[in-house]
Amino acid sequence: MIEFHLDGRSGVSPYQQIVQQVKNALRLGLLREGDQLPTVKDVVGQLAINPNTVLKAYRELEHESLVAARPGRGTFVTRTLTDHSLAAHGPLRQDLNRWLTKARKAGLDDESIEALFMTTFRTAAQEDIA
Amino acid sequence: MTTALKAQGLGKKYGRRWALTDCTLDVPAGRVVGLVGPNGAGKSTLLNLAVGMLTPTAGQIEMLGNPAGTTQQNKIGFVAQDTPTYARLSIADHLKLGARLNPGWDDSLAQARIQQLGLDLKQRAGKLSGGQRAQLALTLGVAKRPELLILDEPVAALDPLARREFLQDLMEAVTEHELSVILSSHLVSDVERSCDYLVVLVDSRVQVSGDIDTLLATHYRLVGPRREEKSMPQNQHVVSVSHTDRQSTYLIRTDEPVLDPAWTVSQLTLEDIVLAYMGRSTSAPQNNRPLLEVQR
Repeated sequence: MIEFHLDGRSGVSPYQQIVQQVKNALRLGLLREGDQLPTVKDVVGQLAINPNTVLKAYRELEHESLVAARPGRGTFVTRTLTDHSLAAHGPLRQDLNRWLTKARKAGLDDESIEALFMTTFRTAAQEDIA
Repeated sequence: MTTALKAQGLGKKYGRRWALTDCTLDVPAGRVVGLVGPNGAGKSTLLNLAVGMLTPTAGQIEMLGNPAGTTQQNKIGFVAQDTPTYARLSIADHLKLGARLNPGWDDSLAQARIQQLGLDLKQRAGKLSGGQRAQLALTLGVAKRPELLILDEPVAALDPLARREFLQDLMEAVTEHELSVILSSHLVSDVERSCDYLVVLVDSRVQVSGDIDTLLATHYRLVGPRREEKSMPQNQHVVSVSHTDRQSTYLIRTDEPVLDPAWTVSQLTLEDIVLAYMGRSTSAPQNNRPLLEVQR
């Protein structure tokens, strides 16, 4: 069983935070196939959030076939997130470090680097959607 | 039953002052509705009209499909402002009173809740802390087993811990008994956590109402080179705007994505949205009363 927590200043909506926390737990092996997620009543009793927020998060997880609801019993994990992307993290981090060195040589300060990264990231994300 | 509260041109006048004007609302059932606005905006007036403690000066209000204050009384629970209890009566007396006055009273639920809260049945309500008194009032409201529970500023006077505990218990009750809830508050952070529907009331008028997820998904902040309001596209409804010599900052509501590359578009928090609508009423031309004039 895992426990959820909410970060009020993250700008991420509460239901997405729950979805992310379940997915992270699946990636890290904290949740395995057959494990039960906290009941909606437990979550709202602990976090004082709206029950629909929890239901929405669980529905989304169900939609992604990560969990399944068993009527009257609860919501259970049906699939683990095997992390084949983990191996790629190292080389990607090296690339990013090289890029950061280049950006610093070009005279960008930390804030400029962050701004450049975020605008590029957002534009790319929007193009993916469009 | 699909609507919890339906108001049409609803208004209430105290003497010569309108406490609520031209209020038209359609709040679905099965939701937890947050009613926010500054003090004196008309929140309590609206809630008192909803439970039939006040009669409207203008317009109509229906609760769960019937005119407010009629046959629906047993289906609606009401916890008034400052969570009032009878100071000289014990907790046991309060539960007895609840059982006498409410045909649908769930005594085992009430007893279980009091036990869970660790309260002594023999204790007088006057000796309880603010948080305990609020919990007692909530117990009475929930044990009535209403379809709709209305709470007027239930957590305003509570410390952060008592507030959190109160909201935890309220949300548990919502889950367990499939309650609809309307609660007023001036704390947007509480509303953001526990509610899924928002009504913003400022200066006796409803400024905006709707599903919170929808509100968050349809409001944006646009920052870019100065541009006049007249030249904004038709489908972008301007909530607030400010200009400097070269820059304009717009807060808009739109159902369509903002594609104009001149703008830096950012998402808003619920607090940003609420504050924008609150600020708007003071500058709106049809209403030149200052916001603070009606504060108690």
